[in-house]
Amino acid sequence: MPAVRHGKAGETVTGTPVLALRGVSKRYGAVQALSDVALSVSPGEVVALVGDNGAGKSTLIKVIAGVGPADEGEIRWEDRTVQISRPHDAQTLGIATVYQDLALCDNLDVVGNLYLGRERTRGGVIDEIAMERRTRELLEQLSVRMPNVRNPVAALSGGQRQTVAIARSLLGEPKVVMLDEPTAALGVQQTAQVLDLIKRLKSQGLGVIVISHNLADVFEVADRIVVLRLGRNAGEFERTATTREEVVAAITGAGTVNGNGNGQGER
Amino acid sequence: MTETTETTERPAEQAPGVARSLPKYTGRLRGGELGALPVVVGLVLIGIVFQSLNENFLTPQNLTNLALQSAAIGTISVGIVLVLLLGEIDLSVGWVSGLTGAVLAVLNVQQGWPAPLAIGAAIVGGAVIGCLQGVIFAKVGVPAFVVTLAGFIGWQGLQLRILGETGTINFSFTSFVAELSLKKLPPALGWVLVAAIVLVYLGASLAGRRRRAAAGLPESGVLGPAIRAAALAAALVAVVSVFNAVEFNPGIPVIVLIFVAFVVVFDLVLRKTRYGRMIFAVGGNAEAARRAGINVVMVRISVFTLAGTMAAAGGVLFASRLFAVNQNSGGSDTLLMAIAAVVIGGTSLFGGRGSAYSALLGTLVIGAITSGMLLLSVGSDVRFMVTAAVLLTAVVIDSLSHRGRRSSARGG
Repeated sequence: MPAVRHGKAGETVTGTPVLALRGVSKRYGAVQALSDVALSVSPGEVVALVGDNGAGKSTLIKVIAGVGPADEGEIRWEDRTVQISRPHDAQTLGIATVYQDLALCDNLDVVGNLYLGRERTRGGVIDEIAMERRTRELLEQLSVRMPNVRNPVAALSGGQRQTVAIARSLLGEPKVVMLDEPTAALGVQQTAQVLDLIKRLKSQGLGVIVISHNLADVFEVADRIVVLRLGRNAGEFERTATTREEVVAAITGAGTVNGNGNGQGER
Repeated sequence: MTETTETTERPAEQAPGVARSLPKYTGRLRGGELGALPVVVGLVLIGIVFQSLNENFLTPQNLTNLALQSAAIGTISVGIVLVLLLGEIDLSVGWVSGLTGAVLAVLNVQQGWPAPLAIGAAIVGGAVIGCLQGVIFAKVGVPAFVVTLAGFIGWQGLQLRILGETGTINFSFTSFVAELSLKKLPPALGWVLVAAIVLVYLGASLAGRRRRAAAGLPESGVLGPAIRAAALAAALVAVVSVFNAVEFNPGIPVIVLIFVAFVVVFDLVLRKTRYGRMIFAVGGNAEAARRAGINVVMVRISVFTLAGTMAAAGGVLFASRLFAVNQNSGGSDTLLMAIAAVVIGGTSLFGGRGSAYSALLGTLVIGAITSGMLLLSVGSDVRFMVTAAVLLTAVVIDSLSHRGRRSSARGG
């Protein structure tokens, strides 16, 4: 399928999207952070969300996660229109978000972080055994190697920490997982581990939205690449039918009709 | 090969070499957990040094006195453990203990309330004070340091006001409050207690092993729990032998039992309950805790409430031990010793790391140093300087371990 520019997201996706946004706009005071943005993701699909700083990627993620709800626009979840006005709404639908800072407690072990805020109890006492068993199952399912799930996460490498954060997002059995810059600040090998993990999420039928600055990573895992520029859709590409140059051109606005940047979209 | 048991060594490249024989321990060291080992070693060294300088140091009488003196301040320290786990500080606990002691004395001695009722009122008073400070800190957002500094001054003033013109209220030697610190557990009962504790511990750890095995989780061999149970038994037998060997009025002092019971209960709460986990989470990363749905404000308020409550309980024990409450009760070095004990015991000032047992171990270290120097007739001048040096050492170790922890985590 050829690259489609400025198309409604729903038209380009094969299969039924689990999550589809249309006409999403968001304002922060005088700044128009998003205008008329569309995005969709289907089960078993990895969608990369790319764009320059201030393009609106984080704003869009916050809209979907319910942290910063949209001013206007339609959100469809499995073919029905839904409202996401707080983080709880997103979680209930089955949208999990892994933020760039991971939000881990360094002093707690892997099990403790996975179950943070939703510990299982048995007669009022934390059921460490049930939690540890589920943790091991989950990590095994993801084919993740973890030296010891009882080590504090402070002792883990960056890739392992990212893995813990992703595994935690899966505990609620979501259908869509959003990853914010999962490979930033990781070494080559750890990046490879995390990308492998993303592929496994896809193979398990999850819809994955990945924000990344790194086009090498994007071309490695993404099925579809959605480019934002100055708070607007600036292109949408099938990975197999595009080149890095094309995507870069869309990001920078070189040679597209959207190249007449009018100063909007800066956060 | 991804299954790594608790006892298995971590990848060798990370072993620093110093303590290669203790892989699990070094793993925790890198994670920033110093554990109780340095403090226990320190206690043994203190024992050896003072005993060689004065043969009266390790006598049952002196050790029992040491324990009695430690009970009140240690009880205050238990509350400080919780506050430090949050990464906060409570500077008011010293005077809160004095004030609540004064409340107890006025109600019991002057107003003629029954002692249990007066004690209850004093402890509720401490809880209310702690809650008030917690609300101002957590809801209004005033730094805990400042809120409790105001408490440090204010509660002292209220204590002076409550005690009135005489300034000192004495308890009669036969009163309930005074009896509290004179009462000892009958020696035989002490042994029953030891047996019960060891059996419960052994039973619990074996049951835990069985459940882990049933769940298909790797278990740490039989040896670990057996050694730990044996060590616990040996320690308890030693302690009870000492208490029972006192010539006049032998047995475990009741106030020591109260203090240790507080330590055990808070340790279980911290390690085994969701509430305890919340405290560690807020102390480790408050933002992560908030995003995980933990009510950070409520956790903070409740911890300051507990700190006030424990300060009040310590104040009651102080009053019992002194048979009196005066204008300086809870003053002088009470606050600093309570905080120093916890830090020496191994609870981090940076939040999120520590244990209720650090109140017990740290209080013993400070108590032993004080007691030893008193036996050697060393003046307060030297005593304060030595205590300061010990505290400083503990804080430096804490800071270095904190730094190591941050550099072992992902950059930044």
